Amino acid sequence: MPMEFTNKKLKKSTKIILTALLVIACIVLTYMLDKGIIGTSYSVRIVRIAVIYSLIGVSMNLVNGFTGVFSLGQAGFMAIGAYSVGIFTIPLASRPNVYYLVPISDKIAEVIMPFGVALLMGGLIAALFAALIGAPVLKLKSDYLAIATLGFSEIIRAVIANDQLWPVTNGSLGLKSIPGFDSLFVPVLISAAGIGFMVLLIKSSYGRAFKAIREDETAAEAMGINLFKHKEMSFVISAFFAGIGGGLLACHLTAIDSNQFKIAVTYELLLIIVLGGLGSVTGTVISAFLISFGKEYLRWFDASHSIGAWQIPIFRPGLRMVIFSLLLMAVVLFWRRGLMGRNEFSWDGIYNFLRKWPWRWHKLTSGGYKAEAKAKKAARSAGKATDRAASRTKRAEKKAARTADTEEKKGVDNDAE
Amino acid sequence: MQSNAEVKPNVLRVSDATMQFGGVVALNNLNLEVNKGEIIGLIGPNGAGKTTAFNVITGVYAPTNGAIYLNDNLIISNHPQGKMKELYAGENKGKYSDVKVLTPDRITKKGVARTFQNIRLFKELTVYENVLIAQHVKLKANLLQATLKLNYKEEKAMHQETLRLLEILGLLDVKDDISTSLPYGKQRHLEIARALATEPQLLLLDEPAAGMNPQESDELMHFVGRIRNDFNLSILMIEHHMQVVMGICDRIYVLDYGSLIAEGTPTEIQNNPKVIEAYLGVDE
Repeated sequence: MPMEFTNKKLKKSTKIILTALLVIACIVLTYMLDKGIIGTSYSVRIVRIAVIYSLIGVSMNLVNGFTGVFSLGQAGFMAIGAYSVGIFTIPLASRPNVYYLVPISDKIAEVIMPFGVALLMGGLIAALFAALIGAPVLKLKSDYLAIATLGFSEIIRAVIANDQLWPVTNGSLGLKSIPGFDSLFVPVLISAAGIGFMVLLIKSSYGRAFKAIREDETAAEAMGINLFKHKEMSFVISAFFAGIGGGLLACHLTAIDSNQFKIAVTYELLLIIVLGGLGSVTGTVISAFLISFGKEYLRWFDASHSIGAWQIPIFRPGLRMVIFSLLLMAVVLFWRRGLMGRNEFSWDGIYNFLRKWPWRWHKLTSGGYKAEAKAKKAARSAGKATDRAASRTKRAEKKAARTADTEEKKGVDNDAE
Repeated sequence: MQSNAEVKPNVLRVSDATMQFGGVVALNNLNLEVNKGEIIGLIGPNGAGKTTAFNVITGVYAPTNGAIYLNDNLIISNHPQGKMKELYAGENKGKYSDVKVLTPDRITKKGVARTFQNIRLFKELTVYENVLIAQHVKLKANLLQATLKLNYKEEKAMHQETLRLLEILGLLDVKDDISTSLPYGKQRHLEIARALATEPQLLLLDEPAAGMNPQESDELMHFVGRIRNDFNLSILMIEHHMQVVMGICDRIYVLDYGSLIAEGTPTEIQNNPKVIEAYLGVDE
């Protein structure tokens, strides 16, 4: 086996076949989960939430990871989408039960929309809000922008819970009896379409312009990229998909209230995109699944445990979230690029990753690493030696020059005399 | 030279540009012309206001007073306003009444491209992507068309143009490298490639030969001459390497303390006592 590892590329036809197989596998898996052939209704719930969080995570990554605009307004846009779906899809019969304290406003009492229309409207309203908010906010930079978007997201939440809006949003009582999904395919397909759209966008010329802004705003502007226009585009599209994601979430939960869209949600999404890698769609999807499943399966930490009669004091409800906080800290401190960095999924990448393991094993067993370390050490000491030699000659030269100088001077002096 | 200037149409005309930061006059009443096909040098000691002049021309700063024309169309114009009315220490105070300040991206769209003194590449992107991004300015498709790949013809043309530019600039073999991993000289070339990708009529080079050894700067000199001809450009460049400036510039402007102290052909400049004084100091 050779000592140097060379990356190889797969044939295009192989890649197409593999992609087709993957898509079919996903469809089959979704179908089996949906029909209860594998997994329980509990795991279906987790998959649903993971899929929805993937969509919202990617939308947040579009702004934070690809455009380099540190926005923390996602929860607000989600709330808009969720309420849009909630208000307009609750069946007419159950409305009096939902709005039991303050009756629903006459204007919308009889308005009912199919799920798709309400969802799209939620996305569009969120996008409209983003466009309005973006005008002042996107002129700000880094931390200030984060604070301003955070503020706006809280304002949206506060407005929803406002007294005057009770006939529409049912205020702090929230909405319930929202019809759930007919099948797992609904959230999966909508999320896949949304993520697909954003991937295409990122690969287009506009996506490249977003990346240019992330890398260097001054240079991007000098290359003719209108900073505000492109940031606004990215912000609005992100808000649109956050709205769609919020709508899906409303449908998933079937009962929502404004407290579910607090800053904590934005932080959770931030954890997802940072863990997955700012600037990687694949990373976001992977980490959305990891976090969603982790949150459920780490419930062991929330239960109380005891050794003999002694109850271990740290095991109590909430420890699970502490673990997530520690995870975020660890990622930020030691693994800043997250799981995927800025890389994306590719068959070539996987192929080479798999090929590298036997190569690594071979190198280890044949003493390749040791030889390499030895060579490195030798090179370093040799480098030091040459450096030392170089500085020695330099010093010698300087000395020679100095003596030459003084001699010259002496010569001049002698001449003068 | 003046007679020559009348024959060729001018691409850039800066008239009475003054840039004042508070009480500091960084650029004082600069008058400058770049005619079609010329290579113009802008020289001067450190802090003379050369880069400020570039920033004013490209719209990074709005000048305190003065006007700038591109192909005889007004692109920038300003006069002292607000607090600057009292602070203003320059000349021609009442001469300009229009206020028109275009942002850098609009000016690039109109055909002025620039490079930066301290290289500003899109750091973590590849050489290829750097040049590809610069062509975004010419994109006609809207967001939806571009996302749904309805502009595949345009996109394909952009990719071909990128390869062509990289070939001309000798960067084809490193096209998949991360831009900051290139050696210094190549990074400068890449900056020029990126500027050319915006299809400019006027190219502003800010110290293209900085940090280069004599051989490299000699190569750069020929290279700048070549791209002027190949791309039908006019070039305005700031440079400290006198060998380069004297070698390729058609005319030279000399700045000192923000004011123009001399203008002329390289030989005229070399023998101008004011220039010698600014660079070497006065013999007491």
